[in-house]
Amino acid sequence: MSTAAVQQGTKWWSGGKSPFNASYGKVMMWYFLMSDAFTFGAFLISYGTIRFSVNNWADPNYVFNSFPFAGHANLPLAFVSLMTFILIASSVTMVLAVHEGHNMNRKGVEKYMILTIIGGIAFLSCQAWEWTHLLTGEHVALLNDGTLSILPTTVKTNPWGNTVSHEAIAVALQNTPQNQLAAIAGSLHHGTEVHNVAAMSNAELIKLIEKADLHASQTGPIAFGGYFFGITGFHGFHVFSGVIINIIMYIKTKLGHFDQRGHYEMIEKAGLYWHFVDLVWVFVFLCFYLI
Amino acid sequence: MSAQASSPEITFQPEHASGTKHIWKTFWLLSALTIVELVLGLLIYNIHKGENPNETLVLAFKGMVCILTLAKAYYIVSIFMHLGDEVRNLIMTIIVPLCLFVWFIAAFLWDGGSWKNLRNRYNRTEVKIENVAPAARENGAKD
Repeated sequence: MSTAAVQQGTKWWSGGKSPFNASYGKVMMWYFLMSDAFTFGAFLISYGTIRFSVNNWADPNYVFNSFPFAGHANLPLAFVSLMTFILIASSVTMVLAVHEGHNMNRKGVEKYMILTIIGGIAFLSCQAWEWTHLLTGEHVALLNDGTLSILPTTVKTNPWGNTVSHEAIAVALQNTPQNQLAAIAGSLHHGTEVHNVAAMSNAELIKLIEKADLHASQTGPIAFGGYFFGITGFHGFHVFSGVIINIIMYIKTKLGHFDQRGHYEMIEKAGLYWHFVDLVWVFVFLCFYLI
Repeated sequence: MSAQASSPEITFQPEHASGTKHIWKTFWLLSALTIVELVLGLLIYNIHKGENPNETLVLAFKGMVCILTLAKAYYIVSIFMHLGDEVRNLIMTIIVPLCLFVWFIAAFLWDGGSWKNLRNRYNRTEVKIENVAPAARENGAKD
């Protein structure tokens, strides 16, 4: 540790100098991040408590198994790994910007800030795609009233319960009203020769659905959507504000404010925030996607 | 080379490494840890897909992933956020309060587990739901 550089008898607590050898702004940034860590921690622990309190939880490998432009390919963990690497890479460019700042190299700071901003925007775009996919992607689910329906993943409902057997599906199809059967048949056969599902009778629709080897699940834990969208949304909001802060820092660098000031400590403080966002993602990744 | 003091209260400037080698080393380390986590995650997925998932093995893999995540967190905070370069007093005021998390996690997960046990023992609403559609429930797994 660099404390060794200070001479032995330094009176840290006698006033006139920071006992932490850091500026007020940097110390307060650390304390803000610590309090933010407790906010995220409380959210994630609350999620854990609810997850521990029910018998079944949505399996992330089935919920998050899609990739842009890959159609219905089953690719568990693939897309979220990409998001993780984007965030790690943008963390590296941020720390390189801080490093260039120590060297008072304005061009270097500008270059790495731009790369960091691009990384942040790329991450947010990935998240937007993932949310859209969950909110619009529809899976067939067996409702508690014994009928089948197609459900997206929202804060109110989701189709990530236990898998339903083929026999149970066959029974449930008999209970399902015509409009829901038509919707299921339409989702299974879209793009094919079937156009007039709305006008078909129940028996015809059931025959059509059974031809397509229907898979269905029970409805999943109600709290799943709220926790997923709440926590990843809160994290995404942090990424968004981090991008805004980084853009401001880039503009101030470009205008030469930090050269006039004689130091690039603002870049360090923005960097602390940005790394914290990466740090939180490490835990969100763990809690929602890996375990 | 080194920047001027950003604040008059600062006694000394920590010596910053002149090269970027340690940054890239940390990057590769973090990437490697993430890849190991992904491999473990896919192993968990494949165990779950099988007929009778070995719950102990799944739990062991999940524990390993948690430890790897803590390692990643350590490297991000210590190297990327330069907390390792700060004076000991500052490090301690950050790290010591975070120790609350040990209690926080243990107490609340325990509470959740307790809720599950109580619910399974006393809560009969699930039986009522099953009465609504007995035929459909016959083969559906319990919730």
